[in-house]
Amino acid sequence: MMRLPLFEFRAPQTVLEAVRILDGEGPKAMPLAGGTDLLPNMKRRQQVPKALMSLNHIPELHQKTLSDSGSRLGACLTLSEIAADAGFRNGMTALAQAASFVATPQIRNMATLGGNLCLDTRCNYYDQNYEWRKAIGFCLKKDGDTCWVAPSSSKCMAVSSTDTAPALMALGARVRLVSRLGEREVPLTELYQNDGIHYIKRRPNELLTEVLLDSLRGWKSAYWKLRRRGSFDFPVLSVAAAAKLSGTGVVEAARIVVGSVACLPLVAREASELLVGRPLNQGTIAEAAALAARIAKPLDNTDFDMTWRKRVTAEFVTYALRELRGEDMRGERLLLTRHSSSL
Amino acid sequence: MPERKESTKVSQVADSRSQGEDLRVIGVPRRRVDGRAKVTGQTRFADDIFLPRTAHCKLLRSPHPHARIRKIDTSRALAHPGVYLVLTGKDLPMQYGILPVSQDEQALCVNHVRHVGDPVAAVIAREELTAFEALDLIDVDYEILTTISDPEQALATPEPRIHEYGEEGNIHKFVALEFGNVEQGVAEADEIFEDTFFYQGSTHLPIEQHASVAIKDPDGKLTIWSSTQTPHYLHRALAKVLEMPPAHIRVIATPNGGGFGGKSDPFNHEIVVAKAALLLDRPVKICLTREEVFYCHRGRHPVLMKFRTGVKKDGTITGMHLRTLIDGGAYGSYGVASTYYAGALQTTTYHIPRYRYEGCRTFTNKPPCGPKRGHGTPQPRFGQEVQLDKIAEKLKMDPADLRLRILESPNAVTANFLRLGTVNLTECIRRVVRVSDWKNKFRKLPEGHGVGIACSAYLTGAGLPIYWNKMPHSGVQLKFDRGGGVSIFCGATEIGQGSDDVLASIVAEVLGIDPFDVRLFTGDTDLGPVDLGSYSSRVTLMAGNAALQAAERGKALLAEAVALKCEVPKERLRFADKRVFDSAAPDKGVSFPEAVCLAEARFGTIGTVGSYTPPESPARYKGGGVGPSPTYSYTAAVVEVQVHPVTGWVHVPKVCIAHDIGRALNPTLARGQVEGSVYMGLGEALMEEQEFRRLPQRLSHALVHKFPSLLEYKSPTSLDMPEVVTELVEDPDPRGPFGAKEVGQGPLLPIMPAVANAVYDAVGVRIDEVPITPEKVMKALADKKAGREPRFGPDHFPHINWPEALRVPPPWEGGDGNAVNDVHREKPRAVKEKVLAP
Repeated sequence: MMRLPLFEFRAPQTVLEAVRILDGEGPKAMPLAGGTDLLPNMKRRQQVPKALMSLNHIPELHQKTLSDSGSRLGACLTLSEIAADAGFRNGMTALAQAASFVATPQIRNMATLGGNLCLDTRCNYYDQNYEWRKAIGFCLKKDGDTCWVAPSSSKCMAVSSTDTAPALMALGARVRLVSRLGEREVPLTELYQNDGIHYIKRRPNELLTEVLLDSLRGWKSAYWKLRRRGSFDFPVLSVAAAAKLSGTGVVEAARIVVGSVACLPLVAREASELLVGRPLNQGTIAEAAALAARIAKPLDNTDFDMTWRKRVTAEFVTYALRELRGEDMRGERLLLTRHSSSL
Repeated sequence: MPERKESTKVSQVADSRSQGEDLRVIGVPRRRVDGRAKVTGQTRFADDIFLPRTAHCKLLRSPHPHARIRKIDTSRALAHPGVYLVLTGKDLPMQYGILPVSQDEQALCVNHVRHVGDPVAAVIAREELTAFEALDLIDVDYEILTTISDPEQALATPEPRIHEYGEEGNIHKFVALEFGNVEQGVAEADEIFEDTFFYQGSTHLPIEQHASVAIKDPDGKLTIWSSTQTPHYLHRALAKVLEMPPAHIRVIATPNGGGFGGKSDPFNHEIVVAKAALLLDRPVKICLTREEVFYCHRGRHPVLMKFRTGVKKDGTITGMHLRTLIDGGAYGSYGVASTYYAGALQTTTYHIPRYRYEGCRTFTNKPPCGPKRGHGTPQPRFGQEVQLDKIAEKLKMDPADLRLRILESPNAVTANFLRLGTVNLTECIRRVVRVSDWKNKFRKLPEGHGVGIACSAYLTGAGLPIYWNKMPHSGVQLKFDRGGGVSIFCGATEIGQGSDDVLASIVAEVLGIDPFDVRLFTGDTDLGPVDLGSYSSRVTLMAGNAALQAAERGKALLAEAVALKCEVPKERLRFADKRVFDSAAPDKGVSFPEAVCLAEARFGTIGTVGSYTPPESPARYKGGGVGPSPTYSYTAAVVEVQVHPVTGWVHVPKVCIAHDIGRALNPTLARGQVEGSVYMGLGEALMEEQEFRRLPQRLSHALVHKFPSLLEYKSPTSLDMPEVVTELVEDPDPRGPFGAKEVGQGPLLPIMPAVANAVYDAVGVRIDEVPITPEKVMKALADKKAGREPRFGPDHFPHINWPEALRVPPPWEGGDGNAVNDVHREKPRAVKEKVLAP
């Protein structure tokens, strides 16, 4: 079987203690939350940290405050907790759906919100074990100098595969990053960047401690995930949509985010802006879907044929918007995702 | 005890059945005998074996698809702290392989690597991590050779040869057989159909990765525990490669966490840990990674095939010509048999008066293909059943009715000289038509919804062993304890299919005891007599018949002793409810333990044996050794699909399947096998692919498995499983124990073509290949919309220089099972002489 490399293990009790460790160890230390992504990656030698710092013993990372005026979610809330808590409904439905579609029940019991937001980007040429990567001469993201997805590219094209980030971006979330020298709040839309290697702007000495949400009164949201099977799989296309609707059904504000088609989740700005001031009727939805699909440029580095992924993007945006409009989409959900519940 | 003759064996089976009006164990849905251990996590798989002083083994594998090894330097690895031993090919040079005709493997490659993942060296160290790290310290100097990535390239590239044997160039095996003049048959047809299909390769994906532990016994002998389906064949391979007397080798097949054919070859890692344990005199263990399991492979061959079939207006088939081009991968494995199997079973379902088969297996630089559930037959079955759907449409017939008209008869001898047993395909079709509401659904559902039907047949055990011999295929010993316990000793291997339960239930039924009163010692070459292994759906019939014979012999001894004691004619004694009693006066009798004591007092220690040898096959031509079986199972399935008109997404809400099983010994397990087959069939139909990537030539030009992982090799999850309605059709076949036929493989076969036929019913596009993925459906839908042929599939079958076919006149043309033009045989085979399996 595959064995973990040797590493030092630290288990701080407070955030302060944790950020001191990160500061002292430098980039060779990595925070360990659920470990569902990091530990398999270490077995494949994609990451070989000198030290792992468990976040499991820091009570404040497990806290959550849900209220009408805004919410704070500790980074170590498990995805199971988020999926099961009826507090994550109405405005936050997209987040609950995203959390409930991650991997498998066993993994969701361990995996955390913060971990999913920081999830390493994925690629068919990178998420392989050491011997496989050695056989192709490695790749740009780790130990090599060629991006096999786009051999002429100087940039790594690994794909953002987090489910919760598109959902939280659609909800306008911010994250708190704490280091020994202070802390900062960053809108989630500014946390990521278009580079498969340096996909996140969190500095190695910073700890993502919580997710902050403003009031979502009057908002509705939905998350659609494309994958081969009803469980296990990472998304190969994800659509999160959130809208604030007036009493007459006119869109007052909206955000559409398309995930898993680039190194970062993409905000579909034109499509989002188009919706504002219009009712969510069939014509509007079709226009917005076409605009949103235009930004999706999937590459051949995930499951499924890339042209097919591109072609179904508009379809998935349509479903998300129709769900926001209040249509019963359980039939499509069951057919295409094996899940009948829209939460 | 003298071996009984074949004829008495058959009548003995009939006796058991006639007494079996009141069966207490057989046919009753029961908890399996090994169920408690499995669900409580106490089953000891090979990787659960922990022995003191164990050293761990890792294999260095080739990073190149095709290369010569110039030099291997192991000195740095040997010097690494914690490393005990480094082995290379020169330590284990002897060639081996599962088939006598393809002894083309070496435990560690000596000078030629043939696929990414071919092992070249082994490190044995105190810790598994140390062994892994030391792999990077082995320096191998490779000379890169041209990579052959697919069969068409293999045909076009005779040099460099992947192997120095075979037909020519990189063609491993040609098969060319003709049973009657097919051209004449086709000329008599009203309609001629020509279709090309492609069936993608897939792997077994057992949840348990292969693992082995070997030790040198205190007396210097070798013991190896391994997740293998075929301990007897592993035993032979170890004796050959290690150059040890077989008597000094003990192979224990641990319960397999799934096999599906993927653990049927002797494997390099098994030989390596055995050698290392002998050299180090300490236990040596290996547990493969999932990626390494993909490199062991031996899975479904990718097959390109072309069917040319002539039919009359009423659907009668006048002749069929099948050609296959088979991607064998880097080694022979079972491939010669697979090549024959791809053409063997077409004749077993529908009457085909004239039949021609040409098959070509090529070597390529990929992990070797071999036997996966259905061995060699799902690919042509897919083509045959989809083509039949096209034929039915052209003839304006319901495809279920068409099949009912052309079915082959029970006990028939087919054009290629396969002798059938019971055939209840008629009943299977009627049942699935009824339970699926076929008549109200076929061509009547709304756009996007559809149903499809397909049928199949499969062997109940290969009629010939893998190496030529006249000995039984299965043996069972029973030991009777004074306390009433009965111990079963048999080489049969539990791979999850329920082989232990089959043995226990048959013995318990005959002796009137509870299956839980039986102890099993199976899969151990030292303890039990040989059973050839858990492959070809042979265990229920063959080990079952051997167990039946042993139990009947024990019963006879007990009956004689009890008859004397109770003064009852022994013919009147009945064995049931752990008692032996007078069937005319049930109070009069003794307990089963007393019966054993009486028998032991009279005859001495009570132990009996039973064995089974399949009947002679009427096929006497070269290659006629592949296909014969004591009897065949039959299956019909109706699959319902929903196809999304925009994305091409295929969803399967329901599968109805009827299986002609003869008799279900334990209906709970039989249904599990049927549902498991549906599951695996849907995986192959919709998503599974053993896919490879060729990187650009100017860069590494590697040919690697696209994604050898349990996450990215897509196999359905429980959420992707439809509702399955299983109908067991029970008409006991006198050739099987209590009438049982196989159920482990046959029910897989109709699923893939039934899905393809249902997709056509739903949206009117033909997907002539598997897997049927949404992008293929979407492309075909676009073609349909644009007025082009609404089809996705291969567009050509390449030219191949086929050898002259062996001509074997079918039975109705006066044939005797021999070829009339076999220049390599001086005289036709005599009736009594068996035909060698390839």
